[in-house]
Amino acid sequence: MTHLKKYWPLHLMVLPSLLFLIAFNYLPMAGIVMAFQDFKPRLGIAGSKWVGLDNFRLLFDREDSIQVIWNTLIIAVLKMIFNLIAPFTFAIFLNEVRKELFKRYVQTMVYLPHFLSWVLLGGILIDVLSQDGGFINRIIESLGFNSVPFLMNGDWFRFTVVVSDVWKEFGYGAIVFLAALSNINPALYEAAEVDGASRLKQTLHITIPSMLPITIVVGTLALGNVLNAGFDQIFNLYNGMVYNKGDILDTFVYRTGILAGNMGFATAIGLFKSVISMILIFVSYRAAYKWANYRIF
Amino acid sequence: MYHKTVPYRIFTVFNTIGLLFLSIACVLPLIHVLAVSFSAKSAADANLVNLWPVHFTTEAYHKTMDNPLFLHSIWVSVKRTVLGTALTLFLAFMAAYPLSKENSDFKGRSVYAWIFIFAMVFSGGLVPFYYVIQQLHLMGTFWALILPGAVNIYLTILMMNFFRSVPKELTEAAMIDGAGHFRTLFKIYLPVSTPAIATLGLFSIVFHWNSWFDGLLYTKGSDQYPLATFLQTVIIQHDFSSMSLDPTSMALISQKTVNSAQIFIGALPVLLVYPFLQKFFVKGLVLGSVKE
Repeated sequence: MTHLKKYWPLHLMVLPSLLFLIAFNYLPMAGIVMAFQDFKPRLGIAGSKWVGLDNFRLLFDREDSIQVIWNTLIIAVLKMIFNLIAPFTFAIFLNEVRKELFKRYVQTMVYLPHFLSWVLLGGILIDVLSQDGGFINRIIESLGFNSVPFLMNGDWFRFTVVVSDVWKEFGYGAIVFLAALSNINPALYEAAEVDGASRLKQTLHITIPSMLPITIVVGTLALGNVLNAGFDQIFNLYNGMVYNKGDILDTFVYRTGILAGNMGFATAIGLFKSVISMILIFVSYRAAYKWANYRIF
Repeated sequence: MYHKTVPYRIFTVFNTIGLLFLSIACVLPLIHVLAVSFSAKSAADANLVNLWPVHFTTEAYHKTMDNPLFLHSIWVSVKRTVLGTALTLFLAFMAAYPLSKENSDFKGRSVYAWIFIFAMVFSGGLVPFYYVIQQLHLMGTFWALILPGAVNIYLTILMMNFFRSVPKELTEAAMIDGAGHFRTLFKIYLPVSTPAIATLGLFSIVFHWNSWFDGLLYTKGSDQYPLATFLQTVIIQHDFSSMSLDPTSMALISQKTVNSAQIFIGALPVLLVYPFLQKFFVKGLVLGSVKE
């Protein structure tokens, strides 16, 4: 009671957020029971038939859902790898620029795509990558090559998805690496200079080792995305021709659950994804805390 | 000094060219879209437009602006952005204060922190979420675009980290003078956190302006769409029912030029706040990510 007397303002301050979290985060979590039902909207959760683990069995029996899990893993892992390598490399090269103005100009340009939505970028990419005279394919043809079915062939689709995601995010992802670079003690470089180390040697023996801790943190934290292949991007780029290689868990859930009304099954797929992601997130945060003493809360 | 050696100078030349190329590659598609939007239909359809308008015309913009559904979707977007950002900032500002206390200073803090963390790392998934929106009778209302995402956990954490950087002496002095927690929050924290609030506000504005999926899921029909959803249905799904073009004007205006104009208008607000955003976000991002 004395606790409440002293701390009620603090509780009151969290209360509004808490109510929203309960309504829009925790209430849907209760809806997970749909995954164990043959859910029919008109019967509701109380009236729908319980089917145990049938929906999950179906998930691993259906050929298309197995394919979707593979697609998700492949695209997500490729993105994780290249979204680590690209910003890392870019930051090192940008760090060598000595003219502040040019550096700022490059930063301004490369951060921009991060803030544009995949709806807009999807619209642009569908247009410029089209084989029917799209801007990029015109350039490719003028160089004497055949036009490329970027969004019309499954393998090319995966390629396009990964490359365009790296294109969108590498600049923004480099910010944290640039911050790490600016924190390197200049005395290290001065000492290396005195010892006659070339810039390449300095980069290999000072710059890169100094960036390793933050790279481990960024890489570990990305682990939680192993089943997150990027709904916004795929949904705005894909089409029926590339479902076999480009359909991912999130788009599959949307089509089976919301469009086709197979809600119990779609909830099961979503739950499968959420549980695995959560486990990976907790493991990776623990690891990041242990290895690099990183914590967010 | 290494930067005066010949190999390093050669490297610098190549590095500069490479970075120049990379920086242009990041905005090239946007420039192409802009060029198409200001080109004549015939030139756009014949794929003659590269990075500069061919037969300059603003026809596509006139057509776009004549579409009442397009204008209405802008209005919906503005409304959701303003209201949504205000609500998100208010909630984050309030919740960040108790969360920024030490566990020893505020028993119960760790419980709240876990409620926030768990909501961030685990979700019920799309279908249960959709069902809840239905059951709460939000389906087809404007509030479905604002309330579900009102608590932005990521922004709350950034705010919390900012509050932790406020000197403890300020709070202690206020407390000794007899100010309660609410007074401290509004009289001490509010003035010093204007830059942080501005930063988070910009993030929230961009987030709301770009959100399209909720508009697709929770609205009933194109007259409720925010701009991002409108563009998604017209440009990506090629749903022309919301384009109020009669066949004759359809023939006059290439879909390509109109689409490009719409894409550019959709990107414009983000481009406008971008310079301000850029000034802040490096700090904001570092604020939330690296902490000793």
